[in-house]
Amino acid sequence: MTALLEIKGLKTEVVTSDGRVTLIDDVNLTLAAGEVMGLVGESGSGKSVTGLSIMGLVDNPAQVTGGQILFKGQDLRKLSERKIRSIRGNRVAMIFQDPMSTLNPVLRIDTQMMEAVHAHEAVSKQAARERARDALGMVGIPSPDERLSAYPHQFSGGMRQRVAIAIALLMSPDLIIADEPTTALDVTIQAQILSIVQKLAREKGTTLIWITHDLSVVAGLAEKLSVMYGGRIVEQGLTADLLRHPMHPYTNGLIASLPAHNKRGSRLKQINGTTPSVASMPSGCAFHPRCSSATQLCLSRPPLEPIDGRLLRCFHPVTAGAPL
Amino acid sequence: MTLWIIQRLLQAILVALAMAAIVFIGLHLIGSPIETLLLPEATHEDRLRLIADLGLDRPLYQQFFLFLKGVVQGNLGTSYVYKEPAVDLILSRLPATLELAFAAVLLSLILGVPLGLAAGWKPESRFSRTIMIGSIFGFSLPIFWIAILLIMIFSVQLGWLPSSGRGAINTILGIPWSFITLDGLKHMLLPAVSLSLFNISMVTRLTEAGVREAMSSEYVRFAKAKGLAPWRILSVHILKNVMIPVVTVVGLDIGQTIAFSVVTETIFAWPGVGKIIIDSISALDRPVIVAYLMLVVIMFVIINLVVDVTYRLLDPRIRLQGE
Repeated sequence: MTALLEIKGLKTEVVTSDGRVTLIDDVNLTLAAGEVMGLVGESGSGKSVTGLSIMGLVDNPAQVTGGQILFKGQDLRKLSERKIRSIRGNRVAMIFQDPMSTLNPVLRIDTQMMEAVHAHEAVSKQAARERARDALGMVGIPSPDERLSAYPHQFSGGMRQRVAIAIALLMSPDLIIADEPTTALDVTIQAQILSIVQKLAREKGTTLIWITHDLSVVAGLAEKLSVMYGGRIVEQGLTADLLRHPMHPYTNGLIASLPAHNKRGSRLKQINGTTPSVASMPSGCAFHPRCSSATQLCLSRPPLEPIDGRLLRCFHPVTAGAPL
Repeated sequence: MTLWIIQRLLQAILVALAMAAIVFIGLHLIGSPIETLLLPEATHEDRLRLIADLGLDRPLYQQFFLFLKGVVQGNLGTSYVYKEPAVDLILSRLPATLELAFAAVLLSLILGVPLGLAAGWKPESRFSRTIMIGSIFGFSLPIFWIAILLIMIFSVQLGWLPSSGRGAINTILGIPWSFITLDGLKHMLLPAVSLSLFNISMVTRLTEAGVREAMSSEYVRFAKAKGLAPWRILSVHILKNVMIPVVTVVGLDIGQTIAFSVVTETIFAWPGVGKIIIDSISALDRPVIVAYLMLVVIMFVIINLVVDVTYRLLDPRIRLQGE
């Protein structure tokens, strides 16, 4: 089976006259058609940058400086701006974090939906409008016909995120990159959005990259999990495996700190220290200053190696199961 | 909406009355217009007769109430100098000033918005930097200096454009306009350009700042993620958001431009209101000054009304609150 998306050694840096700061480095991902992958990490771990890099949407002065992004076998980095635009929003769509600001406040919903259709297909206004209406219906917006002529401020946050999802679905893309689409929403709305996306992705066989900092969100959604730390992937494998037996100390810490895994009355577990900033990334394994099993060896950078049916970037894997 | 307009008009009347009172007191403190109106050989009797004729022998508050009585009857007084009703005098000159001011504002929109869009779209390019530096000059150079420079270049050296007057005029609805004849347009070009240079710079900078802000917004990023062409993002998504502050400032600016046109009109001998008001102030011709200022107040209120209505058209969020 050929992969729908294969990312090899992706590197994105901020390039200024003062020098370069690495945002993500050596990111490798492989996704087959229809697969759902969770991309997990703390704020600043580079997970959003990874999503934007795939879309070719990193803003100046940041830019993708290395690696390959093979989508259906062709390297997106080598395409002309016009070519990549014909893929963006068409074959690969993206949903963003804050639904309050992703929709243009002064344009009607139908304008914002129909233009997405017209950007990729020469269809009549009527046809575009019908497709927009159907998409709104699919994501569970009541009376979509009337809502089409509404403005974004007339929708609640959850409804706006549904509209954004509907826009992403308009062209039935092969891949959707969802960048923390539920983070800004209430828990109940979160669950609704999750189930909508899950259902639609499954029905249409859409491949999904779900970026989040919340392990419990992806646990039930994604078959595969990639854990990022300090701009690199530290552990990657089947979600079930990783949750049952995390091998990277960071993954282990993440899972251990879920409140559900803590005994009633005991102190909540946490990972000591804070995420390093991109400007002062520790050398070697980026996690070693916070890691309890770090040794002298961790000052050199560990490679991402296959072990036990997964990929791992650690010299001292956690051997026992997570202390659940 | 109707209630809101009525409120606005009532406010305007109050402002106009307060302003009239201030002008009355101010001019009274500066001095009497009698000295400038009297012929050198006038006798003491002539002098007393003139004072009585103009009603200047009464106490100031009585003069003010007489004026108010006139206003209610639609009469803003008669010019001391021209012996004509002040309103007629101003209205006969107003079209010239208005067309000059509107030409200047139009120029500032036609040039300023595209320049600002271009500069904000690619802020690092040499073209954008040139625009932004140029706008600083447009901002800081005084109008009278620019006007004289333009006359030097285009009228004196090159001889392409006339430097004074309105040129040929034609009438629409009984009002004389310059912009409908080619000769009139030629005459209007230099004064309009010098009057608009400041506005062009301001609109350019305002648009540029708006575009740069919008460029880093999430909705532009989402628009890019939809695969839209850059032209569509700029001309629909960004432009519509940027126009909201631009409309506000340009609206306020129409009034400013009319006021500033005093200088331009003097330099280009443009027979507008600016010229008359300067003459009236130096002659302390109170009825003309008061009538002019009242017209300006009314004009400001109308402009602001138009701006508010335009707002509602541009920004759906404001539209909702009102209705």
